[in-house]
Parts: sequence; C-alpha cells; structure tokens
Amino acid sequence: MSPAEENAVKTSARNGWLLSSPALVVLAIAAAGPLVIVVIYSFLKAGTHGNVVWTFSLDGWQSILWTKDIFTDSYVWADAHLSIFWRSVKLSLLTTAITFLVGFPTAWFIATRPPKARAFWLFLITIPFWTNLLIRTYAINEVIRKEGLLNLTLQKIGVITEPLNIIYTDIAIFTGMTYVYLPLMVLPLFAAIDRFDMRLLEAGYDLYGSRMQILRRIILPIVKPGIIAGSILVFVPSLGAYVTPRVLGGGKQMMLGNLIELQFGQGKNWPLGAALSLTLLVIVTAALLYYVKVANGEKRHG
Amino acid sequence: MASTGFSVSRLPGFATIAMLAFLALYIPILTLVVFSFNSEVTMGNWGEFSLSWYQKAWANEDVKDATLRSLTIAVLAAVCSTTLATMAALGTTRRATFKGQTFIYVMINQPLMVPEIVTAVALMIVFGLIKTVTGIHGLGYLVLAHTAFCIPFAYLPIRARLEGMDLTLETAAADLYATPWLTFRRVTMPLLMPGIIAGAMLAFVVSLDDVVITEFVKSAGQDTLPTYMLGQLRRQLTPEINAISTGLLLLTVVMLTAFFLLTRKKD
Repeated sequence: MSPAEENAVKTSARNGWLLSSPALVVLAIAAAGPLVIVVIYSFLKAGTHGNVVWTFSLDGWQSILWTKDIFTDSYVWADAHLSIFWRSVKLSLLTTAITFLVGFPTAWFIATRPPKARAFWLFLITIPFWTNLLIRTYAINEVIRKEGLLNLTLQKIGVITEPLNIIYTDIAIFTGMTYVYLPLMVLPLFAAIDRFDMRLLEAGYDLYGSRMQILRRIILPIVKPGIIAGSILVFVPSLGAYVTPRVLGGGKQMMLGNLIELQFGQGKNWPLGAALSLTLLVIVTAALLYYVKVANGEKRHG
Repeated sequence: MASTGFSVSRLPGFATIAMLAFLALYIPILTLVVFSFNSEVTMGNWGEFSLSWYQKAWANEDVKDATLRSLTIAVLAAVCSTTLATMAALGTTRRATFKGQTFIYVMINQPLMVPEIVTAVALMIVFGLIKTVTGIHGLGYLVLAHTAFCIPFAYLPIRARLEGMDLTLETAAADLYATPWLTFRRVTMPLLMPGIIAGAMLAFVVSLDDVVITEFVKSAGQDTLPTYMLGQLRRQLTPEINAISTGLLLLTVVMLTAFFLLTRKKD
C-alpha cells in the first residue's frame, strides 16, 4: 500500500469511530456501563432498609441457592428460589416448544402464499409484534380471567357450570407468554422459509419421498437457522419475563424477573437481586453465543 | 400455475393450524377492543354500545398527564436516538472494515441482547445514585434511558438503507467541488431520508411501548401511559383500561401502516 492509501484507510477508520462515538457514549452511560455497577452491588452487603452497605460480601451470590436457617444457623436450600428458577426454565422451554409447533405451520403458510396475499398475512403478524406487550397481556387476560370470554362462552354453551380457575396459575402465565411471543417465532421462521428453494421439494417427491420424510429430511434441516433464531427470540425474553407473569400470575406465581424485582422492593436484598440479574444475564448470553456458533457453522457449510 | 391438483409446497394441516393461530392472535385483541365500547363494567353484562369509557379516560387527569409524558419522552427519545443512530450508521457502513467495528456493532445491539429487567435494575441503581448526589429528579433520566434502548431500533433500518446506496453519487458531487458537508446535505441525506424516517418511527413506537425500564427508572409522579396501566392492576380493572389500550393500539397500527408504506420496495 502506498502511504497515501494507508492514510486514507486511517482517516476512514477515524471517521468511523468519530461518527459512532456519540451513540457509544449514550449506550455506555445508559445501557452497558450500569451493568458494571450491578456486578459490584452483587458483592456488597444488604442494607437493612434496602440499598447496600459498602462492605465486601458473598451473601448475595450465596443466597441464590442457600438461606440461613435462623434457628439452627445452618444453611439450607432456598426452596422458594429453586422453585422459581425451575418454573422460569420450565415455562420458557414449554413456551418455546409450543410457539414453534404453532409458528412453523403459520410461517410456512405465509411463505407459500402468492406475493400480494403474503404481504397481507405478514402484516397481520406484524401488528401484534409491535403492539404494546402490556396491552397484549391485558388482551389475553380478558379471555382467560374468571369472568373472561373463555369462561363466559363455555358456561353459555353449557360445557361447564363453574368458571375454570386459569388466571393466577402457571397455565395462565404459559398461555400468556405463548400468546405474546408467538410473533417472535413466526417472523424469523418466515424469513428462513422464504429463502427456501421449493424445487428441492419437487426433487424429493420425484425420488418417492413421503411428506413426512420431506419435512424431516429436507425442510427442517435447511430452515434450521430460522428455527434456532426463533427459539432464541422466544426463550430469552420468556426467561426474563416480568410483565406477563406479574399480570397473569397475580404476584403469587413468580418468575425470575419478578423475583429480581422483589429483592429491590419488599425483599430489601439488593445484592441478591443483583446476583440474580447477573445469573439471568449469563444464561441469556450463553444461549446467544450458542446461536452465533450454530449460525456461523451453517454459513461455513452452505 | 393452476391452483388445483398436487402442490409440492402444501403440507397437510398447516393451513388449518395457521388459521387457528391467526384467530388466537386476534380474538383476545378484538375482545379487548369490543368491550371498551360496553356501557357496563363486567363482560358478562353487555349494556349498550357506548363511548363512556373513552370519555372517562379522556377526563381522567392522571391519564392525560401520563399520555402527555409518554409522548414527550417518545418524541425526544426518537429524535435523539435517530440522530445518534444515523451518525453511527454513516460511520459503520460504506467504508473499509476497521479495527473495533465489531465492538461498535456489539455495543449498538447490546440493548437487544440484555434482558430488559437486568437493564432496568442496573439503571435504577445508577440513576438512583445520581439522583441522591445531585438531587435532580427530572424527566431527563427517562429520556436518556429510552434513547439508549431505541438506538438499535433506529440503527437497523438506516443501516439497511445505506448499504443499498452506492457511493457514485457522492463521488460525483465531490468531483463537482461540493464540500463534504454540502454533499451530505444535498445528496446523502435526501437519499437516506426514508431509512431515517423508518428508524425514527420504530424508535417512537418502541419508546411508547416500554414498561419495564420506565417502571424502574421513573421517580414518583412520572408515570407514562404503560406504567400507569400497570399500576391500575392493584385496583379492579374497568373497561377504561380497554379504552386506553384501544387508543394506543390504534396509534400503533397507524404508525405501522405508515412504516410499511415508507419502506415498501418500489418495483
């Protein structure tokens, strides 16, 4: 490279940084930077009235799994935390599975429409996608609550006499999360299926493949990146869900997000809250890294 | 191609599941909308079609206050984040890849990757410290927080637009002795405008929708419309919430339709 070219490259890089820096500063102050404080807070002692005392302590991390028995002074498993962890993981996995089972046929249906109709169906998926999460949660609440649409309809047609108690249970949270996160599954699946070369299906049928074989051996392997993207997009916010379990779980059935909030509110245990937040962050980051790895692997192969 | 006969892309049962999925997506939303027009409080009791809940919401000072605050924050956050995102997009596209570019991408997309509740807690702690030290409790904290998480949403459409534009027009302008600033104002900016508007609208909608971060960052008396609605949970929900939701829903649909028309490929 000539010195002039080298200079041009340097100037271009410098301009790149200069133009990006205002955004980076704002993100450092109000998004990435504060995460460092959370790390620090997780290693401090809890203040009696909330907040923290500035002395080093591992209590925050320890109390994720163990609590001190006030009578015997020995450590016992923190059953409440474990059951909330388990509920969060279980409901998030279930939500991911069901949104896939419903979302895949839906995405396939949209992708195989003629272009005009496709735009219409896609728009119908996009509206709920961009509608306020709280509004959608209230909407599903209208259906499943005690005097809601479902119970009223079932009672009217005489299937049940007493209203079903769905609201404030795990099933309510699960239904709600499936409802609010379904569009997040459909959109990446649609993007993957949209790129799928339908001629491969002709080849499959020409070779006497059955529908099931073609689905399992041709379609699913090729749209796998879309499946993984959709699963991550549903699993990650489900695991950190706060609004949906708060509205539909009624404060009794908590998930990780609610447990974190509790520590900063009535729980008055900020270090534990910070440690729980970081645990959630680590799980989510692991899921995202897995996705990046698989996505890159796919690129190399095809 | 005839639509009858064997179609390779048809999979049995898929269309049925898709139809059920669309019904499942829209029945709850429609229920919410329909019962905002019910003159009675309970769902089992349909009085008559009435706009009384809308009138009630309109007359409610708290709702008015929260709406105004939501719009203020959303407009400010959209303008700030779009400006920053436009600069960042100009800095990270159409030039040779440079050292640290991946870092910039990760930083910009970071709000999309970190769970909202974690960001919310982190901001509550940091802004809480700043609030105690300075004693300032203005709307600035919310605007700053919203600006930050809106940046990736504004950045993506702007970057997509830039990547589709080649440098020939700018080079031509420079050849005609236009200064870089003039080239930017008269050539780049007008071409980039649809991307910028799309980015700003996404940022606006995302800011307007935020519940979790706002709930943790706001000081007393700084409710936005979504946090006001969340706060109503403690009381008996009345169709007034349905009316407010329907209003917000309408705004979202209008914005989205405009967004689609703007970004639609003209071919």
